[in-house]
Amino acid sequence: MIVRHRILRLGTLPSSRYFSSFEFTVKLPTGIAYRQPTGLFISNEFVASNDGKQLTTYNPRSGKPIANVFVAGSPDVDYAVQTAESAFRSWRTTSGTDRGILLYRLCGLIEEHKTLLGSIEAFDTGKPLDTVVTDDIQDCINVTRYYAGWADKIHGYSIQPFAEKFAYTLHEPFGVCALIVPWNYPLMLALWKLAPAIAAGNTVVLKPSELTPLSSLYLGNLITEAGFPPGVINILSGDGNTGAVLASHPRINKISFTGSATTGKKIMHAAASNLIPVVLELGGKSAAIVFEDADLEQAVKWCYSGIMSNSGQICSATSRILIQESIYKKFVEMFKAYTIHRMSADPLDHGPQISDVQLENVMQYVRSGIEEGAHLVYGGKEIIGPGYFMQPTIFADVRDHMKIAQEEVFGPVVVMDKFTTQSDAIQRANSSTYGLASAIFTKSLTLAVDTSQKLEVGTVWVNSSQDSDFRVPFGGFKMSGFGQELGEYAVKNYLRPKAVHLNLGVSL
Amino acid sequence: MSSTASVPLFQKFKLPNGVEYEQPLGLFINGEFVTGKEGKAFEVVNPSTGNVVGKVHEATAADVDIAVDAAETAFYDGPWSKMSSADRGHLLLKLADLFEENLTILASIEAFDNGKAIQLAKGDIGACIGCLRYYGGWADKIHGKVIETNSGSFNFTKQEPIGVCGQIIPWNFPLLMWAWKIGPAIACGNTVVLKTAEQTPLGGLFAAKLCKEAGFPPGVINILSGFGRTAGAAIASHMKIHKVAFTGSTLVGRQIMKAAAESNLKKVTLELGGKSPNIVFEDADIDRAVEWINFGIYYNAGQCCCAGSRVYVQESIYDKVIEAFRKRAQANVVGNPFDEATFQGAQVSEAQYNRIMSYVELGKKEGAKVEVGGERHGNEGYFIKPTVFSNVTEDMRIMQEEIFGPVCAIAKFKDLDDAISKGNSTTYGLASAVHTGSLSTAMEVANRLRAGTVWVNSYNTLHWALPFGGYGESGIGRELGKEALRNYTQVKTVSINLS
Repeated sequence: MIVRHRILRLGTLPSSRYFSSFEFTVKLPTGIAYRQPTGLFISNEFVASNDGKQLTTYNPRSGKPIANVFVAGSPDVDYAVQTAESAFRSWRTTSGTDRGILLYRLCGLIEEHKTLLGSIEAFDTGKPLDTVVTDDIQDCINVTRYYAGWADKIHGYSIQPFAEKFAYTLHEPFGVCALIVPWNYPLMLALWKLAPAIAAGNTVVLKPSELTPLSSLYLGNLITEAGFPPGVINILSGDGNTGAVLASHPRINKISFTGSATTGKKIMHAAASNLIPVVLELGGKSAAIVFEDADLEQAVKWCYSGIMSNSGQICSATSRILIQESIYKKFVEMFKAYTIHRMSADPLDHGPQISDVQLENVMQYVRSGIEEGAHLVYGGKEIIGPGYFMQPTIFADVRDHMKIAQEEVFGPVVVMDKFTTQSDAIQRANSSTYGLASAIFTKSLTLAVDTSQKLEVGTVWVNSSQDSDFRVPFGGFKMSGFGQELGEYAVKNYLRPKAVHLNLGVSL
Repeated sequence: MSSTASVPLFQKFKLPNGVEYEQPLGLFINGEFVTGKEGKAFEVVNPSTGNVVGKVHEATAADVDIAVDAAETAFYDGPWSKMSSADRGHLLLKLADLFEENLTILASIEAFDNGKAIQLAKGDIGACIGCLRYYGGWADKIHGKVIETNSGSFNFTKQEPIGVCGQIIPWNFPLLMWAWKIGPAIACGNTVVLKTAEQTPLGGLFAAKLCKEAGFPPGVINILSGFGRTAGAAIASHMKIHKVAFTGSTLVGRQIMKAAAESNLKKVTLELGGKSPNIVFEDADIDRAVEWINFGIYYNAGQCCCAGSRVYVQESIYDKVIEAFRKRAQANVVGNPFDEATFQGAQVSEAQYNRIMSYVELGKKEGAKVEVGGERHGNEGYFIKPTVFSNVTEDMRIMQEEIFGPVCAIAKFKDLDDAISKGNSTTYGLASAVHTGSLSTAMEVANRLRAGTVWVNSYNTLHWALPFGGYGESGIGRELGKEALRNYTQVKTVSINLS
């Protein structure tokens, strides 16, 4: 990446912006060194923040710092939004096919840089390298390619109510979309938002989490190389304040946010002042329901993966397992045995928590579980050593009123309890304030179809958990948010219809 | 037709513009180039010179059988049957990229085999790339529905592939027609047996090579060079082909449909001929309209199913338009396809040349007046001068029958009703155009013309995203756009009783 002094086209800037270098050589655990962009990516260039403020991102496996990146403040957000707005004027006239071609190119570049991007992501998030490359980065490739294909397939309708009126709808992009993504799947969630927004013809300002800015900033290199016109995609590293400024900016037209319910409410509140439409992908306390006729061995494996993957840092994690009473004891034992088996192969298998703050949050929930009388079956302790590791933790006999049954822990902590009948399980699953996902384990056709219909959640997995697919919509009910990502639905999130009526013969 | 004794499976070709490449000559079946079962081969002619330039292997009914078996196996067993929709789409995207990498070779083959101007051939290949990429993007976006009836049942539909599809394409846009057929059929998960036109077999075989390079599993795409009477007929009546798509003449279209009905009621879509009206109102931008009239008939040397071969001009501007059009028609550069300045190349074959010239003679006999053209261009190859007939009446054969050459007729109309009546006066209904500055005229004419496409202030501006097909005897079904997916899927309803 070439170091540049760039001349700003919009607004006035003090000389402190003109730094000599906005990249930093990072040495990855794999031994490879690469040039990590550390500037704010605006108008296809990396620039310093207006006040020079920076933040540090850490490696959760060691607790050691990796690099400093700039924090976008108000003037920077302003600059980025203005740039995106200005770019929208000509981007708007780019054909869907051409937008698709740029996304196909970006997809190809992500594929070319698969290992490097995976390494950056693994380093910044603490995830195991091989799964990041085969799962997260592959998903980035799939999603980008998928939405590249939608770009020129956005159809309005033509409607002829009667002879003298011909009407049609234009499905138009909003304009500048603010995309705010969390730290649990930094690059993947960035592309889940960016790809459909761009396919639909919007321009974007993307803000990655302060805990994991590196992969998104690196993406800036690929965006420029793919040939996107400057200003179409802008990436601002920053903190909570950056997000707040962005969400309340009067010149954005749409916000898509993924994160906690607490922050989601703040975002919606901020957006309310300018009546900006919002999509919120928030947390969950998703239930897995294991019926007595389930394939128990498979149910155990899927449920393990459903909570321990990414050390439980998944919005849709099936963190609460309701097991039919006749198989309850057996399931708990099998789950414990499977956990021990996984730990004996690799005690750090599930990865670290993202930060010391997050680790302490999760440990507080563990303590609360013990205090409230849940039965600690396995784990419950931090793992002594570098980084933010804790043991996978299993609580059984967790009653519905307990804090750990109701609140999102966001760590490798699973709570289990028994249920009697199907309606008991459904009622208890639906009693959550959240409604993101659910998993059902059964061999029965009727039980599967009927239970799916009755669960108040945006995704139901039957005989699996967490295996989302880029072609299938994903979104929450209740406190888990609203609006869908993935599938055709996501493109619709980034379009608004304009109706045009042609009067062909009604005279007054 | 002659024996295959000395016809190799591949041959190095050097084209008039210096492009050198390896041209496959065999039949592409089950992932390999092979000789025909009966050892036949036929000649390939360069229409710009009339010279034979080589031979390709010829498919007969026996080869169709082998290809269908390969396609059927690929459909039910093997990697294609298990492939995810996104992966199918990805293969089409790779094929599009390969077309792009080989653009110059493909365009040169087209100009060589079909006789069209190299500039237009390049445009064709660009449209092939767009089409393949477009359908590559559709592959994993083909959704069924979930439909509520009552609370005791859970119902959904699936859009499933049909199976082995037979496709028969013409010679006027050899590679573009190839892409129009392959794109949607493959995106929907079918396997295909495609027969190219005997006049233009070369491009389709080179494209087959690219299919192999892209990584399509064997048997998914099979490309056969051959004749309608043998290979084409075998496809239309094959008991294991469940869908046939044909583009060509109305005459042959009828035979295909008949064969389909008499064999196994395979699904049929037909893109046939046309006698499309190009209508100019007095409030049109005349200079622009004349450009579109010219492009509408002389593009591809008039060898377009949707050619604007009947030009209707409002009385008040008729004299002005015909004067301008006479000049414009004569300004078209006719000649060597490999000359970058050429707009109009050769007609595809001697037979076509003779057919067009016989219509020219017929027109004169019927009493029409030759404004410009009406004769051969040059003395080598099958070139015809851009021709305009005036003083025509609606009932003349040159006004009713498709000529498929650079020959149009121009006539007057009084008012909108008259224009509509004239526009709708044939048994065809493929395309049409209206040139006007008035919103209400445009809307009314567009509503009342009986044609599958109405262009307003343009002509021949097809696009892979826009459905294309005929009313009346111009055909059945639509190609291009999302509509094309209907041709290659069948709906299955699954209704689960929960009570």
